[in-house]
Amino acid sequence: MPYPAYMEESIRKVEATRAERLKKGLLPRIPEAEREALVNKFHPDYKKEEMRELKVGPNKGERTPHEVADLLEGSSRVDPDKIELDKIDHDVDVLVIGCGGAGGAAALLAEENGASVLISSKLRLGDANTIGAQAGTQAADRPNDSPAIHYLDIMGGGHFTNDPDLAEALAKDAPDAIRWLESLGVEWDKEPDGSYHELSGGGCAVRRMHSCRDYTGLEEMRTIRDEMRQRNMHGRKIDWLEFEPVIELLMDDKGQVAGAILMNLETKQMSVVRARAVVMATGGVGRTHIQGFPTTNHYGATADGLVLAYRVSCPLVHMDTMQYHPTGAAFPPQILGLLITEKVRTLGAELVNCDGEQFVHPLEARDTEASAEIRECKERGKGVTTPTGEVGLWEDSPMVDIIRGEGTIARELPAMVRQFARFDIDMIHKPMLVYPTLHYQNGGIKIKADASTSVPGLFAAGECEGGVHGRNRLIGNSTLDLFVFGRRAGRAAAKWVKEVKLGKLTLDHVRKWQREIKEAGLEDMPISPMLLPNYARGNRPVPGFVPLGEASEYTPFGDRAVRWI
Amino acid sequence: MAEVAEKEKVQMLDIYVMGKRYKVPEGLTIQTALEYCGYHIIRGCGCRAGFCGACGTIYNFTYDPTIRYALGCQKEIEQNMVITQIPFFPATEALYNVEDLEPKEGENKLVELYPDILTCFGCNNCTKTCPQDLEVMEFMSAAIRGDIKRVAELSFDCLICGLCAARCPQGLQPYNVALAARRIYGHYMAPKSQHNLNRVKEIEEGKFNVELEELKKASEAELRKRYAAREIEPAK
Ligand SMILES: Cc1cc2nc3c(=O)[nH]c(=O)nc-3n(C[C@H](O)[C@H](O)[C@H](O)COP(=O)(O)OP(=O)(O)OC[C@H]3O[C@@H](n4cnc5c(N)ncnc54)[C@H](O)[C@@H]3O)c2cc1C
Ligand code: FES
Repeated sequence: MPYPAYMEESIRKVEATRAERLKKGLLPRIPEAEREALVNKFHPDYKKEEMRELKVGPNKGERTPHEVADLLEGSSRVDPDKIELDKIDHDVDVLVIGCGGAGGAAALLAEENGASVLISSKLRLGDANTIGAQAGTQAADRPNDSPAIHYLDIMGGGHFTNDPDLAEALAKDAPDAIRWLESLGVEWDKEPDGSYHELSGGGCAVRRMHSCRDYTGLEEMRTIRDEMRQRNMHGRKIDWLEFEPVIELLMDDKGQVAGAILMNLETKQMSVVRARAVVMATGGVGRTHIQGFPTTNHYGATADGLVLAYRVSCPLVHMDTMQYHPTGAAFPPQILGLLITEKVRTLGAELVNCDGEQFVHPLEARDTEASAEIRECKERGKGVTTPTGEVGLWEDSPMVDIIRGEGTIARELPAMVRQFARFDIDMIHKPMLVYPTLHYQNGGIKIKADASTSVPGLFAAGECEGGVHGRNRLIGNSTLDLFVFGRRAGRAAAKWVKEVKLGKLTLDHVRKWQREIKEAGLEDMPISPMLLPNYARGNRPVPGFVPLGEASEYTPFGDRAVRWI
Repeated sequence: MAEVAEKEKVQMLDIYVMGKRYKVPEGLTIQTALEYCGYHIIRGCGCRAGFCGACGTIYNFTYDPTIRYALGCQKEIEQNMVITQIPFFPATEALYNVEDLEPKEGENKLVELYPDILTCFGCNNCTKTCPQDLEVMEFMSAAIRGDIKRVAELSFDCLICGLCAARCPQGLQPYNVALAARRIYGHYMAPKSQHNLNRVKEIEEGKFNVELEELKKASEAELRKRYAAREIEPAK
């Protein structure tokens, strides 16, 4: 769908101001005090009516978005009286739940450290948020950089609310995580002399973004997945079940996590896994469409890990803060909300309004950048409205080739070029229309530096855990988090396995949970974990598409009454 | 604010899902059209964004038998499209350990792993199939020649959707050959980043421990001060 004439007109204004903008340079960064005021006023996290207090569980009294609260306080899919726990289908050392980057890394490290590993994967191995990561992975490995500077960036980006031990681990393990991935065969972008080609990122003091074109997550994921397959084919103790998600954790009578109940999505059959340790690596929450936002996340990003951990009384942190990525596609409608990587701005593209004016430095931390965009549209009325009623601002991508030479976009951003070309838009020569989109869960399961939780036998890594990034994660620190805490979780779980003595399996925690939600009057809450969103018509509007004109009953994510499998 | 043009009336299109006809509004992708038809997808959907290759689809038109290929999440539906998803295609990967694949003069590791690739007769179906528009046959020729670097380069944007293997008359699996090539290239052939290895060693030796400990203990006010005083390296 090419741009309609009236949008082309606005593009001409963007083109008209380009030379002048290039001459003048970027707007200054927003000073700290102003930044907090801006975020307070415009960021979706600060809309009080969009959150509610939890009534039960370890985070009782704390606030979280309605969409997450409803799932956390949902009803179990399992009837404890109907499951025979003495019939064990799989008996393993470590059960890893989810196979994105975090699950993959944990599985490899647990296996290397002597444990037998089973992975429960809701979709195919690697169909995960990880595979969509484009921009890159941070690591302070250039001579003018250091883990201490990285640490400051992590803490500042997170508004100093991060857990210092976790932030330290992230910064310190980073260079080795990059090395480890390369040893598995990941092809990082390099300068001719072999040194990494590193770009800057929003909120970073030093250039330290390692990338693989704009397919960074794809390259990381497919390499890790292949390593798992190869080990499995060599008869090593690493195996998986695809399309067979975990629907409830199992405990033993000593209060330790001791396995899980799985459900085959195709046959709906359940199975019992006994495991001496469990690593939660289920990723994010984008597909719950918090506040009706579209999302960059994959199909299975439905908060399952939070729900599962919460039911075994594992506390969560920072569950009132989500990351809205500043540049989700606002046009064309087929890719609404999908990610336009921050790398486009790192390479030089500015954000401008309908009149072609700059309104914010393009590399502010994400919450600040997104808030400035919302202000520009909602308060100043300087956005561009699409034919389907979305509003957005221009990301002036052609600047990249002007600044860095022709061919840069094609070389550095093949995925972006391809995605827009598929819908008849040439982002090398024309700007893209963008608006904030639901991207990342900043908080999550509370962990310690070895990725253990307060519940014995339960470990967590990746996007489903919290505390590492405080209230706001920086670009490139999540794909890093996967390999830092994924590897730590794998090692720690393998070690735990050697020490633990399992007791008798039980689902008493589910019985107790069902009583508690009943007493709190929460019977109307949905069944959870959600597993997959149901976008089939009649259940929920199709994301990424707002029908033109008078079309049908269906508006984007209008309702909260999500139904699913 | 730029004004919205007058809203157009939506066209309803006929599409055929595995032969069965449905009416769906224009502008949907194959994936969202399936959902509009009422399917709750389990297989054939991952990232929904053109990055994972879960949604490989073949299609043609009621009036044109030529088979075409697309990612279901990245292809807009058209009138009279007949679609079938191929969410899985069987293929057997070669057994290897990256640690044992060091390329040596006069050896062709890729042919050793995948001897069948020598049977490629250049029909170019694989290239025509690729929804990423990669030069598949060309990287297969490079594989036969043992030019691992070229295979890695040309195949880099491969999503491993499997459609090339589904169409190869010789039963070859270009995506697996390419995956091995990229791992060999990344592990052995790409020049090493000495600065990274130096840093890993410095961290192991505890070079930054004192500074980090100090930062961890610093008050929030002190951290804020240091944060504001950071020297920002210009973007390159
Ligand atoms: C489009 C996009 C671009 C991004 N770009 C960057 C970037 O450039 N740099 C960066 O640092 N970060 C980036 N991020 C963030 C980062 O990629 C993610 O936060 C990270 O990959 C999450 O990894 P994970 O392993 O924790 O979870 P995921 O990769 O999402 O993996 C979780 C897996 O668990 C599965 N699962 C869920 N529930 C269950 C269940 N009940 N049972 C079994 N399995 C289950 C999921 O289906 C999935 O396969 C990006 C994210 C997105 C979506
Ligand atoms: S669903 Fe991932 S490529 Fe289409």
